[in-house]
Amino acid sequence: MSTPSIESILARHPFFQEIAPAELGAIIEHARLISFEPGRLIFHQGEPAAQLFLITEGKVSLEVFAPQRGPILLMTLGPEDVLGWSWLFPPYRWHLDARALEPTQAIAIDGARLRERCEANHELGYQLMRHSVGVIEQRLQAALLQLVDLYGK
Amino acid sequence: MTAIVASSPTRNLPDPMLPRPFRVQRVRKETQDTFTLELEPATGEGDYPFAAGQFNMLYIYGVGEVPISISGDPTKPHRLVHTTRAVGVVTNAMRQLKRGDMLAVRGPFGNSWPVVEAQGKDVIIVAGGLGLAPVRPALYHVLAYREKYNNVVLLYGTRTPLDILYRREIEGWRSRFDVDVHVTVDRAMHPWRGNVGVVTRIIPKAPFDHLNAVAMICGPEVMIHFTVLELEKRGLAPGSIFISMERNMKCAIGFCGHCQWGPNFICKDGPIFSYEEIKPFFGRRGL
Repeated sequence: MSTPSIESILARHPFFQEIAPAELGAIIEHARLISFEPGRLIFHQGEPAAQLFLITEGKVSLEVFAPQRGPILLMTLGPEDVLGWSWLFPPYRWHLDARALEPTQAIAIDGARLRERCEANHELGYQLMRHSVGVIEQRLQAALLQLVDLYGK
Repeated sequence: MTAIVASSPTRNLPDPMLPRPFRVQRVRKETQDTFTLELEPATGEGDYPFAAGQFNMLYIYGVGEVPISISGDPTKPHRLVHTTRAVGVVTNAMRQLKRGDMLAVRGPFGNSWPVVEAQGKDVIIVAGGLGLAPVRPALYHVLAYREKYNNVVLLYGTRTPLDILYRREIEGWRSRFDVDVHVTVDRAMHPWRGNVGVVTRIIPKAPFDHLNAVAMICGPEVMIHFTVLELEKRGLAPGSIFISMERNMKCAIGFCGHCQWGPNFICKDGPIFSYEEIKPFFGRRGL
């Protein structure tokens, strides 16, 4: 079975829907396929947030490290999920750790180039921001539900 | 599209208010605060037929009576199985029971999951926390007649990996090639390698055809609310979504009124409701 190209993955990914083909072509120039072995950190809290990841295979945990407790798993993400928002907002540093739990493949897109394109083309900026807010809203809602302790006594 | 209704099996109970003595055959600790009782009739009666989704009133002599869903296999009616959490006086006393101890049972009461009506369709079972217990009989039924159903999906969310109910059984279901099982927990530490997040996050990727599927949901009402929203986003019609409701049930036959919920008595008209039927007042404050 042949591996789908970056172009075909991005073209059908919900995050890049309604993006003009020319713009999508320009974004692809700053995208690359990247693999992570299980246990490997994809990014680390405090480090510069330089990329947006679209997970294509595997499973990734978002974690926060607590002294004397170790890494606490906050959420897991899988195929088609978008990973990482900190490239979009100053100070462009990761707030959490992300770790591959399984053999994981993702498309990494250069965040700084993406921001530049959004500044140059506000239509692109609007579409990406709209999709970003949609995903962030879902994650926020899920995070709030996790806080409720639904299954407690 | 044919409307689906929750089944209401005919019952032939001698006297629904008369408790029958049962003997504890086995007690199994499931998690830190949940346990399963396996019971047999003390009078030597034979099978104890029930439909998936029904409940019994369990009476601990001298302590009190509580409604508990039947969590066993309806295709194996010789074993009466109840899983519950020790939260109050009666269930804490229940947890102290040992093999050979006696308790009394009234039931079975209530209607059932639409397992017959779901034949020929995809079945999505969404359970939260202890909500896996009341819906487990529906899964047993579906698996016993697996060839009659299309995709079968179990989505189970709970608090932490230590709170996973029926862990070995879930592992067994997972190892089958004809059931999609997804478990997620709200919080976890390493070495947990499963999903972390609320159960509703799994729904967008669950494999089902929204035009030919039935969902059965059991769990806390907040979880049910958000699960229904996600299922509706996937295009599932309210008439294809079934939920199990809980209220303070006392008599179990619709006389006392303790479990009134809108125009329904949960004990008599439920506990399983089509979402289409209860949508106007589901989640409404004061009910």
